[in-house]
Amino acid sequence: MNILSVIVQRLGLGILTVLIVSILVFVGTEILPGDVAYAILGQGATPELVANIQERLGLDEPAHLRYLAWLGELLRGDLGTSLTNGAVLNDVIGERIGNTVLLAVVTAAIAVPLSIVLGLVASTRPDSAIDRLISTSTLALISVPDFLIAVLLVSLFAVQLGWLPAIANLNRVDGFLEYARVLALPVAALSFTVMAHMARMTRSAVLNVLTSSPIEMAILKGVPKWRVILVHALPNAIAPIVNVIALNLAYLITGIVVIESMFNFPGVGRLMVEGVTTRDIPLVQAAAMIFCSTYVVLNLAADIISLIANPRVRHPK
Amino acid sequence: MTGNVIDVRNLSVDAIAKRGERTPIVQDISFSVAPGKVVALIGESGSGKTTISLACLGYARPGCAFRGGEILLDGSDVLQLDLVGRQQIRGVDISYVAQSAAASFNSALSINRQVTEIPQIRNLMSRDGATRKAAALYGELDLPSPETIGQRYPHQVSGGQLQRLMAAMAMMCSPKLLILDEPTTALDVTTQIEVLQAFKNLVRENQTSAIYVSHDLAVVAQIADEILVLKDGRMVEYGPTETIITVPRQGYTRQLIAAAHVMPTEVTQRASRGAGAPLLSVNGVLAGYGRQRDVPALRDVSLDVRAAETVGVIGESGSGKSTLGRVVSGLMTPWKGEILLRGQPLAASLKQRTRDELREIQIVFQMADVALNPRHVVAKILGRPLAFYFGADRHAIESRVGELLELVGLDPAFARRFPRELSGGQKQRVNLARALAADPQLIICDEITSALDTVVAEAILDLLVSLQDRLNVAYIFISHDISTIARIADRVAVMRDGEVVEAGPTAEVLRPPHHDYTDLLVRSVPDLKVGWLEAVMEHRRRTGQQAAGN
Repeated sequence: MNILSVIVQRLGLGILTVLIVSILVFVGTEILPGDVAYAILGQGATPELVANIQERLGLDEPAHLRYLAWLGELLRGDLGTSLTNGAVLNDVIGERIGNTVLLAVVTAAIAVPLSIVLGLVASTRPDSAIDRLISTSTLALISVPDFLIAVLLVSLFAVQLGWLPAIANLNRVDGFLEYARVLALPVAALSFTVMAHMARMTRSAVLNVLTSSPIEMAILKGVPKWRVILVHALPNAIAPIVNVIALNLAYLITGIVVIESMFNFPGVGRLMVEGVTTRDIPLVQAAAMIFCSTYVVLNLAADIISLIANPRVRHPK
Repeated sequence: MTGNVIDVRNLSVDAIAKRGERTPIVQDISFSVAPGKVVALIGESGSGKTTISLACLGYARPGCAFRGGEILLDGSDVLQLDLVGRQQIRGVDISYVAQSAAASFNSALSINRQVTEIPQIRNLMSRDGATRKAAALYGELDLPSPETIGQRYPHQVSGGQLQRLMAAMAMMCSPKLLILDEPTTALDVTTQIEVLQAFKNLVRENQTSAIYVSHDLAVVAQIADEILVLKDGRMVEYGPTETIITVPRQGYTRQLIAAAHVMPTEVTQRASRGAGAPLLSVNGVLAGYGRQRDVPALRDVSLDVRAAETVGVIGESGSGKSTLGRVVSGLMTPWKGEILLRGQPLAASLKQRTRDELREIQIVFQMADVALNPRHVVAKILGRPLAFYFGADRHAIESRVGELLELVGLDPAFARRFPRELSGGQKQRVNLARALAADPQLIICDEITSALDTVVAEAILDLLVSLQDRLNVAYIFISHDISTIARIADRVAVMRDGEVVEAGPTAEVLRPPHHDYTDLLVRSVPDLKVGWLEAVMEHRRRTGQQAAGN
């Protein structure tokens, strides 16, 4: 099959997935307990007032019509308006998304190279002391939930030592160092879990390749060790490694929601959690769609990269 | 200085378990290779032949370690070199050709990139120079379009071509010693002798010495000057080829010679047991792969099997012989044609066949260890078909399992073992017992002896014959090895490109005059005679015969 048609097919499947995700997000938010009308009115809710507000917000229409209307607006790039304060969501989220992207990119930029190097080091010396050290420490880190890591980091570096701020307030920061100080703890908390996963999976992927026949052949024909790894093993390990990275970056996205809330970090994740507490359905839907689409796009990218890395696809018979 | 290219003296290699216990796998091996000579290491799997050949490169597989001895290459000990020193000699002084080139070439790199790598990184040749040298070697090895074949990727050329490309890779730096580890085992017979001839020319014309590792005595007889017979990591016999194959001194060597895959000098027709109406008829079957039905594997195949007879189906890879077995068993639905069991049409797909129809046709596969569930004990493996087909209770199953094991020549105590606690031959016996558990009329044997050592395969063939005598079961015996077919089959069907090109009683098909393709197959089976290869290549040149796989 032609490589382009395969890629087009994958893209089509990706779009289909996002569409299905949109249905799930909509249904999911439909069955969230609580009612925005009650949430707005609080104690003074009478049946008349509730009906009035529901009509004003369009909540009395059938669900499938509201879904189609929502999807149409989404496709035009309109995320809707907040139910609680009537703010335009494009502005609200636009204000926050830069912060979330900053957090994710900094984490990825630190975690991905570091964990791949750790994985490579461990895989080239299986069962050595360094391998066992990496294996044990990553296993320990995987076993601890990310919020607990965050709490431990805060209590050590912010409370006990007082070196770093416990709350990531980005409003009054200025200059690189200030940013670094504010971002340090959230980035560290996020990095630990994904790094542990990535390092372990890189190790097993590369180890798998290193014990294969082509690699033994390369050793037997006299290729130096570093060249065996870089020239002979790495091209075969690209596909599994890319998948590992994509999977963990996607995992990172879910971790962001937790970590942003923990550190009171002004990003889309915290915004979403606030939306849930105030029953602000459009806000929750918009944030969920952003996170889910990122997830799909990352996996799609991994899929396409590993396709391209496959010589059988690149050079058909 | 001895004048030899390599002297192996008292080599011993241990396997090291996780807890550090050492078990010897190779003990006290000594031999020498003189300039321009070929020494063969021959033995079954587990005899240590590959371990010894790798040791000559100063390499021990992970989990193994050298215990003692020396390997003198031009007078200096390879085992005393550090890693960098060993890397320096590999590929330049000694080079290696692996058993399966298809598995050993790196699929992510172009062929030329791999072939020209070593002379380039050692600064022995420029990139252009290495590419030119590679193209010259490709030509010497009779590869098609030698100027451009190197630009392709491994999956774009055939298995026989890959094996020759790997030989070219090994010859790039004109090594003193070439190590050939079962280099033709993975090839079809007709391709095997061409590759063998190519290796032989290469060794002779470049005055290279070689160590040739193989389990096949007949192949080794064509290329080796001396033979070293190995068993369980120890030397059994060592001497000139002619002496070893004509006057072997050791019992084990004689056993190997008896079990060698050579054409029987006289194909005797077994007394015809199959009589009367066919048990199974395959009529005009068309089958294949691909969503658009664009890859046919069987083109209008017809075949009859009578009760209690053995029909041999022979062909090279891609001939459709395994597809035939899959269609008969119902694992694959044919596009067209019908399959009759005692004159009654069988449903095309497995799901529509009745339990009794399923029971009567059983299949045994090539890879004995993959076909057995590693988490089930033998009793459970054999008990499942008993419960499925006969609804047998626990008590009945227990006694029947014992009977079945005895039937295939295993101790009933094996019922409590897991597959991993069995040898390859024992696993294949359990596979046969599982097929027999269904009390079938027909067993499809798909290359069931191909993955076994010759001596073990021999015993399985004897077992098949004795089972047939006792149980009157019919076999469809699928194999690429015409010498095995010649021994076991009452009738033979020769397949090529999805068609039956010749069929009939074994003696008629395999005795001259043959159909052209059968002739090629018969002539491609190596004979345990020095000089056979030259004679057959000469015959090919005269008649213009060509291997199928090229």
